[in-house]
Order: sequence, then C-alpha cells, then structure tokens
Amino acid sequence: MRARSTWRDVLRTPLGAAATVLLAAVLVLAVVAPPIWSARADAPDTGQILAGPSPAHWMGTDSLGRDILARVLVATRLSVELALAATGIGVLIGLLLGTAPLLLGARVGRLVLAAVNIAVAFPGLLLALFFAVIFGVGRTGALLAIGFAIAPGFARLTQTLTARVAGLDFAAAARIAGVGRFRLFLRHVLPNVGEPLVVNATIAAGNALLAFAGLSFLGLGVQPPGYDWGRLLGDGLGGIYVHPAAALAPGVAVVVAGLAFNLFGEALAKTIGPRGPLPAGRRRPQRPAPVPAASPPAGGETVLDVRDLRVAFPGPVTPVRGVDLTIRRGEAVGLVGESGSGKSLTALAVAQLVEEPGEVRAERLELLGTDLTAGPVRARRRLLGTSLAMVFQDPMTSFNPTMRVGRQLAEVARTHQGMNRRQALARAVDRLRAVRIPAAARRAGQFPHEFSGGMRQRAMIGMGLMGSPALVIADEPTTALDVTVQRRVLRLLADIRAADGVALLLISHDITVVGQVCDRVLVMYAGRVVEELTVAELRAGGRHPYTRALLAAVPDLTTDRHAPLAVIPGRPADPADPAPGCAFAPRCGFADERCARADPPLAVDGTGRRVACWHTERVARAADPATRPAADPADLAAADPVAGLAGPGPGPAPGPGNSDEREVRIGDQS
Amino acid sequence: MSELRFEQVTVRFGRRRHALTAVDRVDLTVPAGSVVGLVGESGSGKSTLARAAVGLTPVSGGRVFFDGQPLRRAYRGEARRPVQLVFQDPYSSLDPRMSVGASVGEAVSRAVRGRAARRAEVARLLELVDLPADHAGRYPAELSGGQRQRVAIARALAARPRVLVADEITSALDVSIQGTVLNLVRDLHRSLRLSMLFISHNLAVVRYVSDFVAVMYLGRIVEFGPVDELLAEPRHPYTRELLAAAPRAGAGGLGRPDADPGPRGGTLDPADAEPVPPAVADAEPADPHRPPSGCRFHPRCPVGPLVHAERAICRTTEPTAPAHRAGAACHFAASPRPGAPTAHPEPVA
Amino acid sequence: MTTAAAEADRRAGLLDGPWPRFALRRLGRLLVSLWVLVTAAFLMIHLIPGDPVRAALGSTAPPSLVQARRELLGLNDPLWLQYLHYLRDLCAGDLGTSIISGLPVSQLIGDRLPATLQLAVLAFLVAVLVSIPLGLGMAVLTRNGRRRPAELVFTSTTGVLATVPEFLVGVGLVYVFGVRLAWVPVAGRAGPGSYVLPVLALALGPAMVLARIVRVETLAVLRADYLRTARAKRLPDRVVYLRHALPNALTATITLCGLLLGGMVAGTVLVENVFAWPGLGSTIVQSILAKDYPAVQGVVLVYGVGVLLVNLVVDVALALLDPRSTIREG
Repeated sequence: MRARSTWRDVLRTPLGAAATVLLAAVLVLAVVAPPIWSARADAPDTGQILAGPSPAHWMGTDSLGRDILARVLVATRLSVELALAATGIGVLIGLLLGTAPLLLGARVGRLVLAAVNIAVAFPGLLLALFFAVIFGVGRTGALLAIGFAIAPGFARLTQTLTARVAGLDFAAAARIAGVGRFRLFLRHVLPNVGEPLVVNATIAAGNALLAFAGLSFLGLGVQPPGYDWGRLLGDGLGGIYVHPAAALAPGVAVVVAGLAFNLFGEALAKTIGPRGPLPAGRRRPQRPAPVPAASPPAGGETVLDVRDLRVAFPGPVTPVRGVDLTIRRGEAVGLVGESGSGKSLTALAVAQLVEEPGEVRAERLELLGTDLTAGPVRARRRLLGTSLAMVFQDPMTSFNPTMRVGRQLAEVARTHQGMNRRQALARAVDRLRAVRIPAAARRAGQFPHEFSGGMRQRAMIGMGLMGSPALVIADEPTTALDVTVQRRVLRLLADIRAADGVALLLISHDITVVGQVCDRVLVMYAGRVVEELTVAELRAGGRHPYTRALLAAVPDLTTDRHAPLAVIPGRPADPADPAPGCAFAPRCGFADERCARADPPLAVDGTGRRVACWHTERVARAADPATRPAADPADLAAADPVAGLAGPGPGPAPGPGNSDEREVRIGDQS
Repeated sequence: MSELRFEQVTVRFGRRRHALTAVDRVDLTVPAGSVVGLVGESGSGKSTLARAAVGLTPVSGGRVFFDGQPLRRAYRGEARRPVQLVFQDPYSSLDPRMSVGASVGEAVSRAVRGRAARRAEVARLLELVDLPADHAGRYPAELSGGQRQRVAIARALAARPRVLVADEITSALDVSIQGTVLNLVRDLHRSLRLSMLFISHNLAVVRYVSDFVAVMYLGRIVEFGPVDELLAEPRHPYTRELLAAAPRAGAGGLGRPDADPGPRGGTLDPADAEPVPPAVADAEPADPHRPPSGCRFHPRCPVGPLVHAERAICRTTEPTAPAHRAGAACHFAASPRPGAPTAHPEPVA
Repeated sequence: MTTAAAEADRRAGLLDGPWPRFALRRLGRLLVSLWVLVTAAFLMIHLIPGDPVRAALGSTAPPSLVQARRELLGLNDPLWLQYLHYLRDLCAGDLGTSIISGLPVSQLIGDRLPATLQLAVLAFLVAVLVSIPLGLGMAVLTRNGRRRPAELVFTSTTGVLATVPEFLVGVGLVYVFGVRLAWVPVAGRAGPGSYVLPVLALALGPAMVLARIVRVETLAVLRADYLRTARAKRLPDRVVYLRHALPNALTATITLCGLLLGGMVAGTVLVENVFAWPGLGSTIVQSILAKDYPAVQGVVLVYGVGVLLVNLVVDVALALLDPRSTIREG
C-alpha cells in the first residue's frame, strides 16, 4: 500500500511530474526511434555534406551527409541501453558486496568493507579509465568499466543502510524472536532500505549515461560504425567552428536524458524522505473566554510580568493561548505540563527567542519593568543579555562544539559588559568556579565534548551568570541527566537563587522536580495555564482534574505497590486541532456538556485559588475524605480513575482508566 | 515459572586501548516468578546486561543460566525463545513497514500451526495488552507511543516466554501514558506468572513493580536485596545517593515526610540535612573506559577515602558482595540495624 | 592496516595524546591505500587479456621484435619477480619506458603534470570561492522557509547545472565564448586567457553541488541548539553567523570538498580533451588508445596518488577544524 502511494505522490509534485514525463519521453524515444529513423540516419547525402540546418535537415548533416537529428534520435536507444546495462552491473555487484557483511558474517564483511572503502576514495571516472584499460577499448569494455566504477559507491551505500536498519531495535527484536539471518534480511532489512536504493540506482543510471557519453567522447567507448551520443559529440566537436549543430545536438540530448534520470531520482527521494504522521485536520482556533486580569502580586519587586501571551505559527496553530505569568525577585516558579502543552514555547517567547515564522503577541511583556516588545533594540538586547539567563534541556547540543567553553562564556562579557579579552576570560573562569567546576581555569580551555553532561549543564548555568541575572529560565534543565547528577544541578540552581536573590522559572514535565525547587507552580495544558498553586497546595492535591491526575500518575517512593497506578486516558491535546471547549474535557472524568461547549477561564475559585475548571466544587468534594460520602459516585470514580480495577482478577479489567480505547477514538478523528 | 541466573557475566566491547568493560563479573538471579528491578545511571551497563540475557550481545566471560541450564542449550531444546526482551524506544522497536499483526505474528511460537490459528493467537495477544484485535491491520505510524509499547510487549509475549526482560520501557513515554504501561506490566506478571528483569533509571518506578532490587554502578552490581528492605535500609553509599535523589511522598515530598518545608518553601532532599562532604559533592561520574582502581565508587563516595583518609582500602581493593543474596559491595557498608525494617530510610552514619 | 594499528599501539606509550596517535593512524591508512594503488597499477597490465606488447606493436610486428620488447620490459620473468622489480624501480623514481615514444614515463609525466595541476587547483579555488558565500547567503536568506521563490530558483538552477558533466559544459562554453563571441581562445594553453574556459568548465558543476550542500548544512546548523544558545546570549547577528554558524557548517562540508577536488582531478581528463590542453588527461587518453601501457600505468599512478593526497589533506583539515575528530579517530 505504501509503495503504490509513493509512486502516486511522485506524480503529484510539479518536479516529479515534469521528471516523470521527461523520463518517459526518453524511454519511449529509445524504443521507437531506431525503427523509424535509422534508414534516414544511415543514408549518406553526398550533395549535402556538412550542411547547416535546413528544412530537409533540421540540424544539418555530418561529413558523409547523414542527417544529424536522425542520428541523435536513433542514438537514444544505444545510449540508454548501455547506461541501463552498466547501472545493472554496478547495482548488482554493489548489492552483493554491500550485503556481504550482513549475510556472510562479520569477518568476511570487514574484508569486503575495507576493499570497498579504498575503492570509494577514487573518483568514478578514474576507476572507469582503469577498468577501460583492462577490459579494452570498445563498447563491452566501457560497459564493464562503468559498471565496475559504480559498484563501490553503491556497495558502500547498501552497507551503510543495511547496517543501520539491522542495528535498529526492531531487527534485534526479530532476532530474539528466532528469525534467521536471511529471513531477517528479506523481511525487515530489504523493505526498509529498498526505497533509498531505488532512488540511488535511478541517479546512478543518469550518471552512467553521462559517463558513457564521456568515454565515447574520448574515443574509449562505442567504436564506429556504431554511435551513441558521446561518439556523435566527439565527432562533432572538431568541426564546431563551421558546424556547431553537430556538436550541440548530441550534447543537448545527453543533458536532457541525464537530467531526466537525476530529477526523477530526486523527486523520488523527496517523496520518500520526510514521512511524517498524517496531517491532522485543522479547524479554526477558537478564541478562549477572556481571561480576567489577575490581581497584581502582593509584595516584592516584580522581575517578570506577562499578560495574555500568545504564540502562533502559520497554519494557523496557536500552541500558547493566553498565558499570564508574574515572577517576583528571588521567587522560584515552576511550569509543568506534558509534551505539547506549550510550556517550552512560553519560555522561549518570554526570552524573545521565538523565530519567524512564529509570532509572539502579548498584552504586556516586561522584564524588570522594561517592555520587551517595543523600544530601542540595543537596550533590549543588553537587558536580555545581562539580566536574563537561559538554561536549555540538552547540555550535549547546546554548546558550540567548535569553540572552547571559556570563550563561549567570555563572549557574553565582551559583548555586553565591554570587557577586553583577558578580563572576560578571567570572569568566565570565575563563573565556572562559581558553578563548582573543578580546575576551572583548565576546563575553560577545553572543548564542550571534553565535559560530562552534568558539567556542561553547570557551565551553561555559569554562562547565564556572566552578567547579573535577575531571572534564570531553565527549560527542562535536568531531563537529559542522571538522577544523581540531576540533584546537583537542581541544588546549584537553588543555591544561586538563595545567594543572589535571582528569580527562577523552571520548566519541567516532571511535577516532582518542580516540587523540589519551586515556591509556586503553574500547570499548563494545551497552551493555557489551567491551575496556579503553591507547592504546599500542590502537595495537598490540586483543584484541577488534570493537576490531580498528573500527581497520581507518577509513582514515587511511597506509592502503594499493591494498587494499580492512576492513569490519564487518551492522549495529550493536539495544538493544531483545538476543541471549542475545555481542552482537557475529552480526557476528564468530570467533563459534561458545558465543558465541551465553553473553555473555562482561569478564575479564582471559592478557596482563593486560581483554577480553570467549571467543576472545582465537585472535584474538591470527590477528593476530600470528609465530604466524600456526599459526592456523586460517578465523580468518585473519576477522581480515582483506577477505583474499578483494584480487584485481583487475572487479567487487566477493561475500563476507561486502563485501556487506550479512548486514545484510539481520538486517533481516528484526526 | 522459570529462573534466570547470571553467573560472573562479563561483557567487553572493543579491543586494547578502546576496550570497554560494560558488564563486569555480574552475579544476579531473577528468582522464578518474581520481578527483579535493576537500577543504575546511564553507562552503568544495565542495558548491556539485558541484551546479554537474550543473546543479542555476546558474553565475554561467565554464563547465563535459564532454569539451571546454560542459555544456549535452553534455546536449542525449545521451539521457542524462553527469554524475551522489550526495548526502550517504541519508535524504533517496531518495523515501520510491517503491520502490527505481522510484527506480532512473526514472533508467534512455531508450535502454533495454520494461518487461522496464528491469526487467532495474534488477536489473543493484542487483547492481552488491551489493544482491540482489529489493530492487527494497522501500521506503527498510526499508533501512539503507549500503543506501540503495548504492541512491543505483545510481540515479546508471542514467543510464550517464561522470563521477560524490560529495558527502560517507560522512559520514552509521557507521564500520563507511563502509568498505563506500568499497570499492564504488573497485571501481566500476575496473570502469566512471568519472571521479570525490569530495568529503569527511576527508583520509584522500579520500586513500584519489583520484588527485588539490584543496583548497578559502572558494570558491577553493588547491592541486591528485597525491595522493601533495600529501600528501607540501603547499605551501599551509592544506593543511598540514588534513594536521596528519588522523589517521594507525592509531589511535595521534598524531604523526609516529617521534614518541615523551609522558609523558601522547599528544601531539596534529605541529603541537605546530611551535609555532603565538599570533596565528593560535585565529583564527576567516572569514565567507564577507565574505571577507578579498588572500589569503583570511591572517587564519589561520601563514606570513602576522600572523606575518611584512613580508608585507603577503598582505593586498592575491590569489595565483593555475597553472590545471589542480599548484600552490598562496600568495605564500609552500613550494617543492618536490628529490628524490623522501617517505612522510610534514615541516613546512616 | 592491522600492522599499522599495532605499530600505533606499541608507540602510544612514547607518543601519547590525540595528535601523534591521529598522525600515526592516518599515515598507516595512507600507506595501505598507496600499496593497494601501486599493486593495482602493476596488475593492470597483467589483467589485460592477451599480450600487451603484441597489442601495442600491432599484429604485423615480427615475433622477434615482440620477443625482444618483452625481454626488455621484463615481461618474461615470473610475476612475483616482476612485482619486486616494479616496486624497486618505483622507489628509484623509474616509472618505466613508454612503448610508443621510447621516452621515460617519468619525464612524460614531469612535462605534463604542471598543466593539469594548475587547472585542477584553479578550478577548485574558483568553485570554493563562489559556492561557500553563495550557499551561506542563501541559507541565511531562506532559513525557516522564508523567501520561497528565491529558494526555488536557487535549487532548480543549481540542480540542473550540477547535473551537466564538465565536458558538456566545456562544449557549451566553446560554442558561446569561442565560436559565437570569440572572446577567448578555445584550445591549447597559451596566455592567461586560455585558462578561462577550461577552469570554468571544470568548476561549474562542483561549485553548484557545493553551494547546495553548504546551504543545506548551514540550514541544519541554524536550527542547532547551540545557535539558539548564541542568540540567547544576545550576540550581534554578525557574530552569531560568522563565529558560531560558519565554522560548524564548514566542518560539515570539508569532506565533500575533498570528494569534489578528487572528482576535479579526474574531470581534468575530459576537460583537457575538449580544450586540447597539454596535460596528463590528454596523455592518458592518447596512451590508452595507442595501447602504451607503461605510460598508462604511470599516469594512473599519478592520478591515484593525487586523490590520496587530497583525502589526506581533507582529514588533516577536519582534525584541525573540528576538535572532536581527533578524539573520535584516536
């Protein structure tokens, strides 16, 4: 089913359609030209020797008075035939050599591979010349020579692709299941490398055509009285001053045919290449209910003030839909949510790092009282460069691999603090020391790859401390690190905050990590803040069903081992496909018809907490043991999504909490 | 119910200077019908041990026994593969060009003969992992991460294994999906009476599904014991460090459950109460290519020679744990306190 | 290969550190490739079906002459002895004697090599100087899917031009600039003007390929995490692009530059024949057609060594520019 759709997809792109038509034309011509025009191509016209273009001979005639256009057309067959034959030889040999390591075992494979690697280092034309000497001048010799010259490159490609696929987990799984070597190759490896190999064979055919033309042009390929395009070109070149058409016509033919093969291959590659998930059906994003302005935070100097932040991408997709965020001096605020909730994008938007075509809009976006959306660019840059520090998720990829770490830190001071090279480097070493990197001076002279992951993340924090930051934004700073290392990085962040009164915005999918460091937590779902609460309140359990579910779903060291874990049915909301009502409604046990209709605003509920839910009362009643008896039995089940499963039954009981049925339905819709 | 036993298993990669001993003389037993959790940081060799258990990675020394028989012989005698592995990444462990039914069907035991019987078996397996039988015709690209991981489990079960090795099977999943997979693993263990080796870097997850826990550090098992005992009374300093780093008591469990939230609203963990010696506080994880001499943990150890200068033995002599039973490979392991294990760990001086 | 590795191991104690290890390893690889090349060149003559001397002298040559020439070339000795002699002569710089002209092959090569070298090096410089700024600029202009029309024009133009082989470009150039416009000479090597067309013909295709790759690599670098870090530091755009993006994009293209330069060395064969350029390329074709095997052998060897040297330069450049590569190698 996939293969067929691939061919259809090729035809659908303009490039693909053009290339297909061109290639088809060349192939048809190769078949029909000789019977139609060969008489004309071989008929000498002594009255018209080396004539220019005329109505009788559109491209003129050659030294025997034969029609050049007819000869070029007739030569199509031989040229294409030889190219395809040479490609066949090359592909066959290449396949045999390339699959040898997989099929014949490591020892033989290594030998074959070494030979292939040496051969690949030499350009194809040199190999072809080498083989042309051995096989002799002429059609067969050139055919074998080009075939042999194609083989090493193809062998290497085959080997790389098969080794990659054979190293993937699914191949390993098949081996564990007892699938033999040849069956593994046929069922798992070949189907997964077939398409790129076909693409490359097509391009190789184009190159073989050009190479054959080259050899024939040099006189090493097709010998008279036979002729292909290269031969015609070589013959025509001598007389190019008096009779350019004789050289240009076969030249154009070669270029067109070579392009046909190459473009077709490229079009194939483009269609095969990025095979993403099926595009989701898109609806127009619904503007959620207006968010009431939150009361200004009491006490403390405000470091960051964000009102109604929105980030949109063309599509249109709005992954962040109206976030309010206020951070005071020295405060640590956590932003939690699953992947796709918009939390990282919120951080990037605050840091003014969303690039085109992304679009950031906000009613207010102020850092230390300065508007980040307007005003002189230079001043904003400087403010952001010295007062805002960013720590990114993956310390392995967030440093420039070709620059020494010390220099990457020093750059900040050189740009924003006007320090000279030596002062900046001294500051960098000092900052590395501040983030507890041992032998900081020596380390500053090293490249990022010489640092361990935890050390790189600390150096990244040190980079943020080059200025005097008022706010550190850490986007999943510990996700890529081991637990013991993770703790050290979190402690470092906490220490910095305590020592310098730096505010911290910590973004994480892990609610426990946020709970360890922060004072206040914002829970995000589908681009909106659904609940805002203190860590103490989080400990007691949130008001929003999503917050509660998130807490219950993560096992910790005190989770009851004899009860099933709570689960959230369904899958996270798709930002490209927002539902009109509450985004969490499809996964929520409390949801009713009102939730499907209108998105609840983030509002202060009866207890003074900010929650975006229509049913906080019911949620609270179902969760609180004191009021539990009074609660609706359905709510009880919703609050404790696994209540119905606690039985000791042998198999997992069916139920909305435990199965992916809902997930399936959601998947079907998109 | 079957037992899986590693005896002095060593796995070495590369040669000479590039040699890396990923697993070093490991003794470990997965008792019949129980779940052994294996924890350790990245590079500790846990995944290599998993691959060695199913024969994907050749063993350089020692042997793996299945029900008392060397694994190779166990394979030879049977039409099926009695030890199966579930991989970490559900996106690469399913062939994108094979339907779910074909992937699972390929692994179905050869004892099941006939097209219809095999198809029925595939449907049964999918149902076992809570997937509708009509999913057999779908391709992996059409499934979510959680559903893919279910298919991978179904494929592993297709060979009717008696031991299942699960290698970080939830770490690629979102938290809301993780729970469903963990529940499935628990239920399968109970209903099919499988023995399991459950590998994870997350101590809380391991605790939730396991009966026993083995802690691995730089290719060696440093502590092994029943889950409640080991977590209540960790004896190896590395286990204590892991435990201190793990979340507990709901999201807000920032320290011991009785710890008062600090003025900043939260402290980090109990280790803050127990001052960590500066010499080891920021020590880097050791390079597996050049493991430290003596006890491999000594450059990071809070009770080792960097803190207690007289403990030179840690630098020179590698401690050994009593094989196959509870114990810690540490010269200065905390001695078990008399009396019943308590619910939560106390820092041991 | 293994002996070289063992040698590298044995001396690692003396010469520790990534650089000496890298140098030893790379030298070992070069020697192995060189040995394969020399052996292949030697065997080439022996793999030809029939008697090469008979083939060279033609079927009308008297048997006594053929026999004498065989004796002279040492073709009557056992193969291993011939191989030893070949290696010995090679070490002494003796590449044999041309069957046709009777001149030493080394002299022939000495006469012709400079012309070919000039052509290849000039073309390479032109290609690099044109394509790197072009690719970099296009990447910055079209990043994140901006300026789609410009991107389309760039990719289709370079795509088409990259496909046209150098000898056809040569023919086209001859026609336009030599025949139609008569601006520059179209054949031979006389004066600076005569360099223009051959260099252009040789450089055009590779330059287009390189420009495409530079653009793709730069786009990848522009999406990299460390570029986001650089922007988070609020460095000026100039610094972001030139100090952070450019070196990383270039390291990724060096390997390709090497392949292209190797391809250009080979491409000279065709281009020289189009422009009647008195270099090695025209020599090898004439020698093959004339079945002058010692000459062919010598020229093949020179081309092969040229390619190996290019590969060596690429690896050293990579090691210098990319701090990770020596570690990976060692």
